[in-house]
Amino acid sequence: MRYVVSITRKAGLADPEGTTTAAALTNLGYREVRDVHFGRTIHIEVTDGTSTERIDEMCRILLANPVIEDYIVEEV
Amino acid sequence: MHVAVVVFPGTNCEHDVDHALSLLGAEPELVWHRDVDLSGATGVVLPGGFAHGDYLRTGAIARFSPIMKEVERLAAEGAPVLGICNGFQMLCEAGLLPGATVANRDLSFICRHVDLEVTSTKSILTANATIGDILHIPLNSYEGNFVAPESEVAILESEGRVILRYHGENPNGSTNSIAGITNRGGNVAGLMPHPERASEDVLGSIDGRVLLESFVGSLEPVPA
Repeated sequence: MRYVVSITRKAGLADPEGTTTAAALTNLGYREVRDVHFGRTIHIEVTDGTSTERIDEMCRILLANPVIEDYIVEEV
Repeated sequence: MHVAVVVFPGTNCEHDVDHALSLLGAEPELVWHRDVDLSGATGVVLPGGFAHGDYLRTGAIARFSPIMKEVERLAAEGAPVLGICNGFQMLCEAGLLPGATVANRDLSFICRHVDLEVTSTKSILTANATIGDILHIPLNSYEGNFVAPESEVAILESEGRVILRYHGENPNGSTNSIAGITNRGGNVAGLMPHPERASEDVLGSIDGRVLLESFVGSLEPVPA
């Protein structure tokens, strides 16, 4: 089975790539764009039956830094 | 006197640190990140570079290298532990110092001398300096922008643990122009700029010396 972890910068921290990209989309006429956030995704293959909690633990210990990042875990 | 200078895969400032500390009378020794015994060391330097390719986050993988248990032990015992640039990022990831660093405000790699103001002398890095000293030292980083939760920054400020601040222009957008901080005990210190690259006349500045001299001066002699 596979989980996807999406990691983004915490709200309030500067995200210049997101800001620049949002401005580019707005300039192209996509007026509905309110904000863009950059982040990264990590795909993790695990043995069947591995719980979301286990992946959450991996995020807390290594994959995300709670000082600067938020994350969500999804099974795919 | 014996200082462990830790080398991770991707560290690239270990020889500069080794050279600068030797000039100041210390006895540095390069140690590999997989070593598990620092019993002969009275202090540690985590030098700059790109440990583990800066993969995942700067310092995130290095923080779990076997040697870090010994670094944590020495820090807890009150021994001087200094993190320079990438080493500072490791100390943050390891929780030995608060906060984290993110990409520079202008998303460009900075490689030039900057001016630092000494704002506290209560640390192993600034003990020999004077508050208000302006030091001209190279900064060499892409992710040097120090951030921390507001509450943590307030604690750092109120406890006088911001030891170095960028003077004049803030080069990388760092919170409150913070360039270096220390822990509560004053024995663990980290900074983004490179004092070892400003330790001899031939390097264009010797302003980093007072910082490294402070570190060397804080080392306990090795028992005979």
